[in-house]
Amino acid sequence: MIDKTVASPSAAVADIADGATVMIGGFGTAGMPSELIDALIRNGARDLTIVNNNAGNADVGLAALLKAKRVRKIICSFPRQTDSYVFDALYHAGEIELELVPQGNLAERIRAAGAGIGAFFTPTAYGTPLAEGKETRLINGRGYVLEYPIAADFALIKAEKGDRWGNLVYRKTARNFGPIMASAAKCAIAQVRKVVALGELDPEVIVTPGIFVQRIVEIDVADQLSPPQAAA
Amino acid sequence: MKRFTRDQMAARVARDIPEGAYVNLGIGLPTMVANHLPKEREIFLHSENGLLGMGPAPAAGSEDPDLINAGKQPVTLLTGGAYFHHADSFAMMRGGHLDFCVLGAFQVSASGDLANWHTGAINAIPAVGGAMDLAIGAKRVLVMMDHQTKGGESKIVAHCTYPLTGVKCVNRIYTDLAVIDVTPEGLAVVETVDGLAFDELARITGVPLRRASATAG
Repeated sequence: MIDKTVASPSAAVADIADGATVMIGGFGTAGMPSELIDALIRNGARDLTIVNNNAGNADVGLAALLKAKRVRKIICSFPRQTDSYVFDALYHAGEIELELVPQGNLAERIRAAGAGIGAFFTPTAYGTPLAEGKETRLINGRGYVLEYPIAADFALIKAEKGDRWGNLVYRKTARNFGPIMASAAKCAIAQVRKVVALGELDPEVIVTPGIFVQRIVEIDVADQLSPPQAAA
Repeated sequence: MKRFTRDQMAARVARDIPEGAYVNLGIGLPTMVANHLPKEREIFLHSENGLLGMGPAPAAGSEDPDLINAGKQPVTLLTGGAYFHHADSFAMMRGGHLDFCVLGAFQVSASGDLANWHTGAINAIPAVGGAMDLAIGAKRVLVMMDHQTKGGESKIVAHCTYPLTGVKCVNRIYTDLAVIDVTPEGLAVVETVDGLAFDELARITGVPLRRASATAG
């Protein structure tokens, strides 16, 4: 019998080693797999490359991982937010490397990795500083930039429900990067609010089929109605 | 000098958005356009974090942390709306499916180059988000901005001095002084605020302007 459920977040991330590339789902705090990130902090792996849309909020989740100085490099589209002070300080101190990627290119590079695409030409960022040094091509009179996929050793994502085969459904805009990150990582780990019996998810509405998911952890946390507050 | 108010600018942009349009409103000033879209007109608002059919902010106490817009503010979903993942969301732009996007700007050049993501300051942390994807992705790119900087310099320039977001991508500029089209023949003034003569606008703007033909707009 195939059962991808894992007993705890710590067990789910236990083999994430120093130097790993880890995708972390979420857009701001929507869809951020906070309990898996906390487990990764306890796990102690360092020198990580993190792929996320942002660079952490306040002192929790991804920001806490950054604060613990476990991250060598972050690949993201929008690091600067009103409460991204942990990243801001590391960046100004020269203690973290930033690869800034336009959000659509970030999504497509992740998607491409999961889809086995070697590289692709995109019009986004053509003629801008973010395309400097990159190969370009005129196709039908329009300028395009060559971009390569972003693959990962692990993806940590959050979904609403999953089953023991790894099938997932999401909740509202917390879906964001989850499906594409799951496909782009060698080992995708999903935290779900509820693990349901096989067959309970309608096959017509499964968003991420289990082939893209290696581990599932049930974390039944009540939804917070406001973003986590900064520690005093 | 008389100037269009923020609400007047937003209402003017809203006038140009027809029923059935798929529209992305950028963070900041452009979000005000939503308040001026006529209720009887069905328009689909897109938010790049994965929703179409975005509705207004929820009532206090009904916020859902899983239902936010690109500015990470709580929003609602209209009946008939849909959720999707990030790669699909940006395919809607890049693939030419989105009819309009409305963006703020630091500068727009006479040829429609857009600078709106970075001031170029050495110490600033760069953040681009979806700006570059929107700039090249929508069928029509509308810019809403003050006509001048606080220091009185024109934000419509011969060549952008700030780092570019996109090249030759802007179609129409709505400022607190005028509505101006970017055309292959240069900038064409569609309308100006009451009491502002064309010659005075041209002097303030500092790059060549012409009057739009009566059929334009």
